[in-house]
Amino acid sequence: MAYIANTPDDVRVMLSAIGLESLEQLFDLIPPEYRLQRPLNIPPALGEFELTRRVGNLIATNVGADQRPSFLGGGCYDHFIPAVVDHLASRGEFYTAYTPYQPEASQGTLQATFEYQTLITQLTGLDVSNASLYDGGSAVAEAVLMALTITRRFGRIVVAGSVHPEYRQIVDTYLANLEPEIVTVPAAGGRVDPDEISKSVTDDTAAIVIQSPNFFGQIEEVAALAEVAHRKGALLIVSFDPISAGLLRRPGDCGADIVVAEGQSLGNPMSFGGPYLGIMACREEYVRKMPGRIVGETTDRHGKRCWVLTLQTREQHIRREKATSNICTNQGLLALRASIYLAALGPTGLRQAAELSTRKAHYAAERLSAIPGYSLAFHGPYFKEFVIRTPGDPERLLAEVGRLGYHGGIALGRWFPELADCILVAVTEKRTRDEIDGLAEAFRDVTPYST
Amino acid sequence: MDLKALRYAPTHEWAYLEGGIATVGISKFAVDQLSDLIMIDLPAVGTKLTAGKDFGQVESVKSVSDLYAPVSGEVVEVNQAVAQNVQLLSEDAYDKGWLIKVKIEGTSLPSELMDDTAYQKKVAEESH
Amino acid sequence: MYKLDPPPLLFESSRRGRFTACFPSSDVPGRALDDLIPAAYRAETPPPLPELSELDVVRHYTNLSASNMSIDTNFYPLGSCTMKYNPKRNERLASSPGLGAQHPYQAENTLQGLLAVLFELQQFLAEIAGLHAVSLQPAAGAQGELASLLVAAAYFRDRGEKRTKVLIPDSAHGTNPASAHLAGFEAVTIRSNAAGLVDLEDFRSKLDDQTAVFMITNPNTVGLFDPQIGTLARLLHERGALLYLDGANMNAILGAVRPGDMGADLMHYNPHKTFSGPHGGGGPGAGPIAVRDFLAPYLPAPLVARNEDGSFFLDHARPKSIGRVRSFFGNTGVLFRAYCYIRSQGPDGLKQVSEHAVLNANYLLALVRHVYPVPLGTRCMHEFVASARGMAREKGIRAMDIAKRLLDHNIHAPTVYFPLIVPEALMIEPTETESRDTLEAFAATLLKIAQEDPAQLHEAPHSTPISRPDEVKAARTPVLRWKDAGRSAEGVAS
Repeated sequence: MAYIANTPDDVRVMLSAIGLESLEQLFDLIPPEYRLQRPLNIPPALGEFELTRRVGNLIATNVGADQRPSFLGGGCYDHFIPAVVDHLASRGEFYTAYTPYQPEASQGTLQATFEYQTLITQLTGLDVSNASLYDGGSAVAEAVLMALTITRRFGRIVVAGSVHPEYRQIVDTYLANLEPEIVTVPAAGGRVDPDEISKSVTDDTAAIVIQSPNFFGQIEEVAALAEVAHRKGALLIVSFDPISAGLLRRPGDCGADIVVAEGQSLGNPMSFGGPYLGIMACREEYVRKMPGRIVGETTDRHGKRCWVLTLQTREQHIRREKATSNICTNQGLLALRASIYLAALGPTGLRQAAELSTRKAHYAAERLSAIPGYSLAFHGPYFKEFVIRTPGDPERLLAEVGRLGYHGGIALGRWFPELADCILVAVTEKRTRDEIDGLAEAFRDVTPYST
Repeated sequence: MDLKALRYAPTHEWAYLEGGIATVGISKFAVDQLSDLIMIDLPAVGTKLTAGKDFGQVESVKSVSDLYAPVSGEVVEVNQAVAQNVQLLSEDAYDKGWLIKVKIEGTSLPSELMDDTAYQKKVAEESH
Repeated sequence: MYKLDPPPLLFESSRRGRFTACFPSSDVPGRALDDLIPAAYRAETPPPLPELSELDVVRHYTNLSASNMSIDTNFYPLGSCTMKYNPKRNERLASSPGLGAQHPYQAENTLQGLLAVLFELQQFLAEIAGLHAVSLQPAAGAQGELASLLVAAAYFRDRGEKRTKVLIPDSAHGTNPASAHLAGFEAVTIRSNAAGLVDLEDFRSKLDDQTAVFMITNPNTVGLFDPQIGTLARLLHERGALLYLDGANMNAILGAVRPGDMGADLMHYNPHKTFSGPHGGGGPGAGPIAVRDFLAPYLPAPLVARNEDGSFFLDHARPKSIGRVRSFFGNTGVLFRAYCYIRSQGPDGLKQVSEHAVLNANYLLALVRHVYPVPLGTRCMHEFVASARGMAREKGIRAMDIAKRLLDHNIHAPTVYFPLIVPEALMIEPTETESRDTLEAFAATLLKIAQEDPAQLHEAPHSTPISRPDEVKAARTPVLRWKDAGRSAEGVAS
């Protein structure tokens, strides 16, 4: 029996205290016709040694960024994680605690969350942050719902075509049965044109949604887009890359009203897509419309400074169907990891991570675009990711480059038919010059066989 | 305002009619029951109200209560002092603590509203 | 947990120029930044993050952790949250690069091990549910609810039916009505009867052709199994509506009864509860959903599927899918731990989990009910809801006082004031991983508290880092970030 402490003697004593004779009788209030009369059809139990060996061996067959230099991005990045992040976040007092419902027993989690909220305001340049949402994609959808409530406009949401295609799909799914229409403005040239966006913004548009650096790595004209939104009384929602804050202007400083982000880059492993960290910050005046948990400062009965969950009337456990969202947890452990990461890096470290990533990405772009038949698809400023046009079939090229030992990038055809010959390449501070040169060589070598 | 002239909804909102305009608030009893008020959401001027439907919400630390319109009509004024500082209600739920003024449909308050005597009796029962 | 003063905030410990190097210098040809990104897009200085040494960071968080209660340190009978032991073998496996270093857009031939795990997990969850198809995508139970209701909406739309209502018992978690609203439905409340179960008469009167789904938690939040479930399912199905099972309380019925066999058409799991995923101080969880075959086409994409040659792939080609509720595959790290847990338990182990969860709850109930009455039910499933109403009337001891006093005894408080249908509720869920000794010690503590001086209880806890924070002040004048930090800060010198 895994993880059960009661001995057969205990069971006898306990059953007799309850007035029953067998464990089976514990379930006799369930009508017998629904009872399962056979064992579940799942494999028999494994002891710790067998589990560790078998499951360990099984996942060891995966070939991840630990085995091949990875140039994969698209919202999930192989940034360096300092040892202190793993070390501190694996303390049982953090990861085996739950939501801080009892503040007296949870000051550790609460203070860490209050610090997280502060760090996020520093990264985004906005006034307030919540305690986090599920991931960067659903955070966009939550921001859209929030904008509808704030503006009380239910006509339209304008979304830039350069926002991550999965994030756009989430917005579509979340809004499927609600009123607003979603208008997507294409990003020919890799960025959206503020004038083009402006044409789609109506008087009943609640928000413009952009991403910068966008899905293609390009930096949008955030300030100009903020102006477009505000001129029509709409909000500007910006999804950004938190690492980019080390080098680029913060979205809050460019006029964004709600800022969201995928926080995976901040000290969280890639883990095949999750769990991740949905970052959300907004202007002070919107805080009561913000979804998710929020921690606030107060004092205890002795006057001592402390922290509690606050503004809870926004939430589902009190407001039920009128809540700002149905969200009931935050990504506590991921937010903790992000905080430790930012505390360990400080402004200097974050600057280094950002600057190294952008320098190496530009070097990679130079090397790849120098291969005959290859060229950069877009020509705007970019941060750590770029789109390269190839003379072949990207899926085949990437498969061949994979055989030579590289995760070479992401083929864009599955989301963008017009970019069916293109690959999205991401470069973090972890990639070395040798690895970048090797990737360029690999592409050069396989191209004749993959066109 | 003559407090004896107020008319009450069973959900503890009061209305006072003067020249086709109803002043609407919530009773001291309701304010005391809610305790520790944090904020209040009131409708914008121009909002159309239907008697018996919710027109706003008042929040304490861990509860939210809907406010139900005692009258039908259009909101013509909102008490900004209360909107900014809901704790005013604890000091004075009537003169300073009115919530909205409504241009009512028709000429009189709905007959279902309770007069002062009926309401005080109801309150006395609820307190037990 | 120690009665320590918490450390100063990170920002208060910051000293300009303090720094721990962790990145290499650039090994690519140096170019002026202006050549890479025009100055107009760049910040002059990085954000005003705190500046700390590595030891500062380690002490800060180590000391913070010491002011938390957790499963690793304390009995944590928080009802409805299933705070069971989080096996360390799962943690070790989950920290390996075979999981952590895998990118969601990696080529499928580099992911076969992980896809095999996820494929099998889909099968396990379908089998445990007694349903046919599983999506692992939703990031939490509440998102599983939303995804399921969107699946239901898509199903009815596909049939050309416009159904507008979701029925929800008054004992339900708040996420149920919030999810229904978000999915575009009207949430209609169904009363509980005097026994704490669904009021069948109220249910019948509200069930109509506009009803899309009835959401039930069974066992419910009072810890009772609702034996009317078959009748409810039949009535719903006669009207063409669907039965949703909120899987929050699956820990009570693993291998004993399956939602699909009771008539449920769709459900979500909370693997962070039932399958031992750590709660992480409030997350991450996961919210995989299971559905009957006719709803499978609408599940969020992708699912893990198997090629004829036995290899695994991500099946995106699902034209009727609702789309996605989050980016990438799902909360794989949480799902992976659930897989490890199910493999460690096997069919017999899972059944024993529920047997001992129910045994522990009933034993505890038997030990305390003479002092802490349980208004609903004579026996319970995996948890029970006691009421402090009597104590509150007679001595002025409220549920909150008991909760706070337990902290002085190094026991985490039960869930209090939920569900709403029990006054002064104390919702207690011991889980199967606690021993008889722990339960007896807890019961003794509860009984002792009932005899204590009410005045002293009002001031409890006494031995924790803080006591009775002022929540009114926190909500009235919200301070949501460290006061000297803000958007006006121009950053620090780089």
